[in-house]
Amino acid sequence: MKFFIALLVMGILTQNFTLSKFLGICPFLGVSKKLNTALGMSAAVIFVMLIATAVTYPVNMLLINYDLEFLQTIVFILVIAALVQTVEIVLKKYVKSLYNSLGIYLPLITTNCAVLGVVILNIDNISIYSAYNYGFLHSMINSFAAGVGFMLAMVLFAGVRSRLETADVPRFLQGLPITLIAASIVSVSFLGFAGLVEGMGLM
Amino acid sequence: MAKVKYNYCKELTKGILKENPVLRLVLGTCPALATSTSVVNAIGMGIATTMVLICSNIVISALRKVIPSKARIPSYIVIIASFVTIVQMLIKAFVPALDESLGVFLPLIVVNCIILGRAEAFASKNPVLVSAVDGLGMGIGFTAALSCMGFVRELLGGGTLLSGTDTLLSAFVDLGSFRGLDFNTALESIGLSPMTIFILPAGGFFVFGILMAVVNKISEKKGLKRAVLSGCEGCPLASGCSKLKEDDAQ
Repeated sequence: MKFFIALLVMGILTQNFTLSKFLGICPFLGVSKKLNTALGMSAAVIFVMLIATAVTYPVNMLLINYDLEFLQTIVFILVIAALVQTVEIVLKKYVKSLYNSLGIYLPLITTNCAVLGVVILNIDNISIYSAYNYGFLHSMINSFAAGVGFMLAMVLFAGVRSRLETADVPRFLQGLPITLIAASIVSVSFLGFAGLVEGMGLM
Repeated sequence: MAKVKYNYCKELTKGILKENPVLRLVLGTCPALATSTSVVNAIGMGIATTMVLICSNIVISALRKVIPSKARIPSYIVIIASFVTIVQMLIKAFVPALDESLGVFLPLIVVNCIILGRAEAFASKNPVLVSAVDGLGMGIGFTAALSCMGFVRELLGGGTLLSGTDTLLSAFVDLGSFRGLDFNTALESIGLSPMTIFILPAGGFFVFGILMAVVNKISEKKGLKRAVLSGCEGCPLASGCSKLKEDDAQ
């Protein structure tokens, strides 16, 4: 139980996926202009991260079983791409309301490095997780924490950016440069959580 | 069919300056921020990406008449992923230290927007040789941008320069006792220490922002448009983005 909480705290705060691991920077900078789109995009990312982890875990077992670990990258990206397409089609046909809110973000997520990143990191960490006997459950929790961390960063940054819109910025800093510098300051604030896991006695 | 003459020199240099993938097209920001903690890391990442970029450009351009346009994105992804796997295995075999320091970003070259973007925007429309030159130019541009950031971040954040050169090159050339430059003792003697924040993620964003501002300033002087993150224009998934824009407009 302690380890679950530690995973959640690490994924969301101390090792935030976007602000300290630099995964998913594209949507973080591109889609965070409005709170609504930021929320929709990150909900879609959490959703895809969870199903991608659930699917790639057995696939990885299969690869290890046949001694094909070197195919990991190819297989995972194809599985994720196929998965996202399938989910999009299924949602469009059967769950129209969910498709309207998440569907438009799905094609963007296929080649989002956050999704492939979390899957690969989970597989890399399996030896750590299996020491706690729950490879699969830990992977799922880690993915969920990563997704929520992404959402937190997106929502916080959407707020910062809405203030930036009206700010008086020097001309050569306008646009992307000031956005990046603002991201840097948000990232500094997350440094404050360093040592939280150790301090709470979770690890 | 009239033969089109390609200006190879122009194709090569456009990736370095005018259409620098990181600083002008704003593609591949994730690896640019994550792997520019030191010059050696940046160059290692740059070389790996360049290799994948050249190879995938060559193959995609050679197969451009064979791949049906509806199935092109999955085909590109498979081709790119194969080359990433090859490069990954080569790096694991010859420069294991680099593999360790790049970590997850080595397999993540697959989802680097630059590669898929060049495949879609250039290699799928042009012959083999010119596509290879385009890949080389873009790769050099990517490496140069990363090295710039790595230079600033390593110097200010770690007080070193080119540290770890021996781990990158020891498999190929004998460097003697060169281990990179270390200014830490010199700094300590005058009572200073490096600003660790520049090595940390926050410093990455900051240096990138400042570099972007400088490049914008220069390109404005030269009469070029300033770089904007236009919702991944060079990215092959731009159709998804345009849907997003429509949604925004409503």
